[in-house]
Amino acid sequence: MSSPGFLLRRPASARDAPALHGIDRLGALLTLVGAAGLFLLPFVAFKANRILPGDPRGLEQVLPVWAALTCWATLAAVAAVALLCANASLRLAAALAGLVVIAMALATAANALTPPHNRIVRVAPGAGFWLLLAALGLLATDAITRMRPGPRARVLLLVLFLGVVGLTLAHGTFDNVSVMREYAVNSSAFALAARQHILLSLGSLGAAVIVALPLGIFCHRAPRLQPGVLSALNIIQTIPSIALFGILMAPLGALAAHVPLAAAAGIRGIGAAPAVVALFLYSLLPIVANTVAGLKRVSPATVEAALGMGMTRWQTLRSVELALALPVILTGIRIVLVQNIGLVTVAALIGGGGFGTFVFGGIGQAATDLVLLGAIPTVVLAFSAAVLLDALVERLDRVRQ
Amino acid sequence: MRRAATLLRLAGLGLLLAFLLAPQLFAPLFAPLTEGGAPPIYDQGNLGMLALAHLATVLAACLGSTVLAVALGILVTRAGGQEFLPLSRAVVSFGQTFPPVAVLALAVPLVGFGEKPTLIALFLYGLLPIFENTVVGLRTCPAAVLEAASGMGMSARQRLLTVELPLAMPLILEGIRISLVINIGTATLGSTVAAKGLGEVIIAGLLSNNTAFVLQGGLATGLMAVLLYDAVAALERRLCRTARID
Repeated sequence: MSSPGFLLRRPASARDAPALHGIDRLGALLTLVGAAGLFLLPFVAFKANRILPGDPRGLEQVLPVWAALTCWATLAAVAAVALLCANASLRLAAALAGLVVIAMALATAANALTPPHNRIVRVAPGAGFWLLLAALGLLATDAITRMRPGPRARVLLLVLFLGVVGLTLAHGTFDNVSVMREYAVNSSAFALAARQHILLSLGSLGAAVIVALPLGIFCHRAPRLQPGVLSALNIIQTIPSIALFGILMAPLGALAAHVPLAAAAGIRGIGAAPAVVALFLYSLLPIVANTVAGLKRVSPATVEAALGMGMTRWQTLRSVELALALPVILTGIRIVLVQNIGLVTVAALIGGGGFGTFVFGGIGQAATDLVLLGAIPTVVLAFSAAVLLDALVERLDRVRQ
Repeated sequence: MRRAATLLRLAGLGLLLAFLLAPQLFAPLFAPLTEGGAPPIYDQGNLGMLALAHLATVLAACLGSTVLAVALGILVTRAGGQEFLPLSRAVVSFGQTFPPVAVLALAVPLVGFGEKPTLIALFLYGLLPIFENTVVGLRTCPAAVLEAASGMGMSARQRLLTVELPLAMPLILEGIRISLVINIGTATLGSTVAAKGLGEVIIAGLLSNNTAFVLQGGLATGLMAVLLYDAVAALERRLCRTARID
């Protein structure tokens, strides 16, 4: 990959600036951040139980000498690549090697610090670990951006990443790390929360697409009604999520109390029903607005040509207008999905379930590990959704061109 | 049409102020929503003070996001800073992918309960719109204008301050406006970790099963967001007008 051809394919904007005396300035910044994490902050926090504040431990205190030396040597090599090397694939490889090393160091430290058969002691990743993770993650992100992978390659990278993480977790490598300890206690609740979280975000999205797409087409056809519809939807967005969840509890509770059929369908004042309705309402604006914007981009000449070819109004709409507007509509759907995955965490406040149950439970019990058990999967879910839909949008754009 | 809209806004402002300063006037409206003699109007704190605290938190966070996002936006549009663009973009979009609730919860062990976790969460959440709009605004300055400025003997710094930033200002302001409106709503979440604000009213309503509290907290927050949105939009229009006359 280090051929001159690869160098020519680099984005003009990313590498035009001459590096300072051959030193990559971005690499210098990330090296500083990583070094601060490695030398100034604790790598892990040792806690006598899950809610006590952690006792900070450095890398050299928790690892056998050979392991600590290997770790330092690898990170020094990663820093050298980040500082001096311009080849994106090599930078990516270095960043990944660094990530593997700090992950292994964390697992080793957790195993070394935990007495056998002890279920009370907690070894949590410390601030130093998180900072190193951020620096190496950013180095990898930057390298991937410089390589400009196509949509398919990005999805493949995501699947690979999730696969490797999933396999190591399943293998039990990190079982002694605090978050996984918390998972071991809550494993069945975790599976339920994952299912609820995904169902709530996708279900409300699906309902919103069914309503918002026709509404967007209608707004496009009747431009006089457009400002009214869009400002009404805008106003819904300004109502804070916890308030909208709360406001919907009353009418849905009343509905369940007075209409037996609704109650039989699972509609209740607390739980999933108000969450789905609130998320549905929030989802409308981005999809309607993007449908209108997408349809507006289709030139009237194209539509006339389609009609002139003998296509019916319906055929024109489906296979010309909507097809051409699809990337923009999908961008709206991407916004909604990422937003919903984040908002579902709030739904836990009204008994909607999802990963938010762990987050709020963790706040209530002052247990950071439990918060992380809810926060990490939410972030991974939102991030994966963003990558997948971005790739889909780009693929459609390419196909069209 | 324009005058009707102005009147509507003034009416909204009046309504909000009346509600925050003399909430008891509205008690008959909210009374049907309560059950078993629960108070119809929030009685565990002064609504006006809560609204002020709410606004102060949002404005402080927004000021922080604006300074960082605009500075980053300027950096990555200079010749020497272009290599930082992909990374900056990744960082600010990650700030928005990360759910604010999670940021709040993780900030608590570091900075304690209260306003600070909320400030951190809102700061991160508000970066993306301002950053993206700053970058687009600075990039879309007409090349002819930039050349003319350089031809007049302006230094890069002068050109940035007197030509590029003023031209990009409407877009930057729009970014700030989006970020403000999102954050007025998001700030209510801060009350789950004991920040002062209108979220307190909503949470109290959820805890005591009092829909009247939830509704008044939600409506006051929503109204505040709409009014702020309009106020910044008016500022934007004024700036655009000045730019055109010059």
